[in-house]
Amino acid sequence: MSTLAEAPPVAPAPEKRPPRQRGRLVPYWLLLPGILWLIVFFALPMIYQASTSVQTGSLEEGYKVTWHFATYWDALSQYWPQFLRSVAYAAAATVLCLVLGYPLAYLIAFRAGRWRNLIMILVIAPFFTSFLIRTLAWKTILADGGPVVGALNTLHVLDVTNWLGWTSGDRVLATPLAVVCGLTYNFLPFMILPLYTSLERIDGRLHEAAGDLYARPWTVFRRVTFPLSMPGVVSGTLLTFIPAAGDYVNADLLGSTDTRMVGNVIQSQFLRILDYPTAAALSFILMAAILVMVTVYIRKSGTEDLV
Amino acid sequence: MEQYEPDRLSPAQVAAMRRSLRNGRAAMTRRSLLRASAGGALAVGGLGALSACGIPAAGKTQGGVSADDHSAKEKIVNFSNWTEYMDVDDSEKHHPTLDQFTKKTGIKVKYTEDINDNNEFFGKIKPQLAAGQDTGRDLIVLTDWLAGRLIRLGWVQKLDPSLLPHAYANLSAQFRSPDWDPGRAYSYVWQGISTVIAYNKKALDGVEVKSVSDLLDNPKLKGRVGFLSEMRDSIGMTLLDMGKDPAKFTADDYDAVIARLQKAVDKGQIRRFTGNDYTSDLTSGDFAACIAWAGDVVQLKADSPDIDFLIPDSGYMTSTDNLLIPNKARHKTNAERLIDYYYEPGPAAELAAYINYVCPVDGVKPELEKLDKDAANNPLIIPDKAMAAKSHAFRSLSSKEETEFEEKFAKLTGA
Repeated sequence: MSTLAEAPPVAPAPEKRPPRQRGRLVPYWLLLPGILWLIVFFALPMIYQASTSVQTGSLEEGYKVTWHFATYWDALSQYWPQFLRSVAYAAAATVLCLVLGYPLAYLIAFRAGRWRNLIMILVIAPFFTSFLIRTLAWKTILADGGPVVGALNTLHVLDVTNWLGWTSGDRVLATPLAVVCGLTYNFLPFMILPLYTSLERIDGRLHEAAGDLYARPWTVFRRVTFPLSMPGVVSGTLLTFIPAAGDYVNADLLGSTDTRMVGNVIQSQFLRILDYPTAAALSFILMAAILVMVTVYIRKSGTEDLV
Repeated sequence: MEQYEPDRLSPAQVAAMRRSLRNGRAAMTRRSLLRASAGGALAVGGLGALSACGIPAAGKTQGGVSADDHSAKEKIVNFSNWTEYMDVDDSEKHHPTLDQFTKKTGIKVKYTEDINDNNEFFGKIKPQLAAGQDTGRDLIVLTDWLAGRLIRLGWVQKLDPSLLPHAYANLSAQFRSPDWDPGRAYSYVWQGISTVIAYNKKALDGVEVKSVSDLLDNPKLKGRVGFLSEMRDSIGMTLLDMGKDPAKFTADDYDAVIARLQKAVDKGQIRRFTGNDYTSDLTSGDFAACIAWAGDVVQLKADSPDIDFLIPDSGYMTSTDNLLIPNKARHKTNAERLIDYYYEPGPAAELAAYINYVCPVDGVKPELEKLDKDAANNPLIIPDKAMAAKSHAFRSLSSKEETEFEEKFAKLTGA
């Protein structure tokens, strides 16, 4: 707002007015591209989808808006298992990402020294290849006869996961575990980057001060570092959870018939069955569900500013 | 059962087709064809008016909607095809058969590989076609069921047989009259796709597989069997296995197949329903055996000696990818000339030598032998008599059936 501050009253020159008015409009002009972008690529599709979700008809007869809200109820009552599964898988992947990502982000922020940039590049490097290729690579890594599955078998880890219902038989692929692994891998950088920015901003002298006050390293972490990194934790978990809940690639390539997520249902409704209203309704339900969960989460975690 | 009825051929066209079938290609001259189609045009006009009364559907136009044909002025044709579905030279920049076409006719081909998936591509062109607009494409390649849907919706244009003498004469008998486009009034085959059983010898480890039943029932293959997420291929192969004809089955037959597959899913026999990515499962041995597309198998076999295929005694499914001219295309005549060009034995053989699918053109074998002996003798590329006899096609579905069947199949695959 400082740019819009009143000029000193000593020289109320009237000829200065036009440029100042133009100056007042500048922020709006600068906002215009962004607003147009949002209208064209966000608002309009949303309205279009909302209208589609209450239409009825068929491809031949065309679709008409009939305010058929029952589609929502039908979609939810038919596909609630896939909804639950999406939330469960996304939550599991988010927790795994946090557990794996936090130590790494901590390491990069405080201990990496001159290796910091290299490790950052390694974290981001997977983005240089396509999402699909990266996911397909996991099929090779987790292949039935491969070393990973062999090792898990020898260590009897698979017996435990079988008992938990995460895997079945002597394999990892085409099971829920594989899907969660894929999600974790694909969204890990989205967790690490915000965590890193949060941690990196913590003043190192705070650690020293805590140490001077006789806090053990663990206490320093629990009472100082972790609370200060909360914004990173919250934005990291959101950036992981939201796309993971809507993902369908991992469930499709690494999963099987009993691991389909809501994204897969939307895809098949939209592209194969050509039931556009149901697909649109499912998208809205997913969006609403995520919105509610995220709001509750942000309120509970007490971090209003996310950066 | 309300099956879709496309408009009939004129008696003159039927006669011409029968003659060409009975007496071989020689019987079919450009002149006789022109005569037949000229006489036919009148009859078709009359029939068209009748059938237009029969099915008054919104936005549907019999015979498609043409735009002004700019073919003579603009010597271009915009050709949209699937990825890796065309011959390329060593530099991977040029398509020799397309270049020869340009040299021969002066028509430049704007070749785009922008089709990856039938459903996705349908989603992409649907808004324009439904609104009666030009898609910017003169020629597209779609799998038969989607080609049938576009014809049913009236979104593609009727072809002019007088510009397609080679195509008319050389199209293989097994592709001549699909129930969704009898006599090929709207479409010509680009390539045929056979669906067979593929297996990994090492992963099978001596287990014998001869039929779809073996895939579904043999406990030794539990969790190591793959089916395709393409409904017609998986259902078709199982229908054949159960002794039903995919060209004539009823809704009850369909339900029986779904029940049989559901049992295999519940037992954990079927590991996954896959798209093209089954190839990696098969080579890694995660699939011991699976339903597969023959074109891929030819390629996989060349790369890995463990992979092979078999044709079940009950037969196999053949579908087709078809060349179509969408409504409002600006260069219809140019597109028709391109279709016809690929039905000349020379270019057809060159294409067949490069992409390993079923060649739909008769008389290609001698040409192909000159280029690639192995390909010429591969029944997956040039089907021999025994092979062709076992080939089956999936019948066309009404839109209601299509929705119902896809929904049941989606349930089976978990979504």
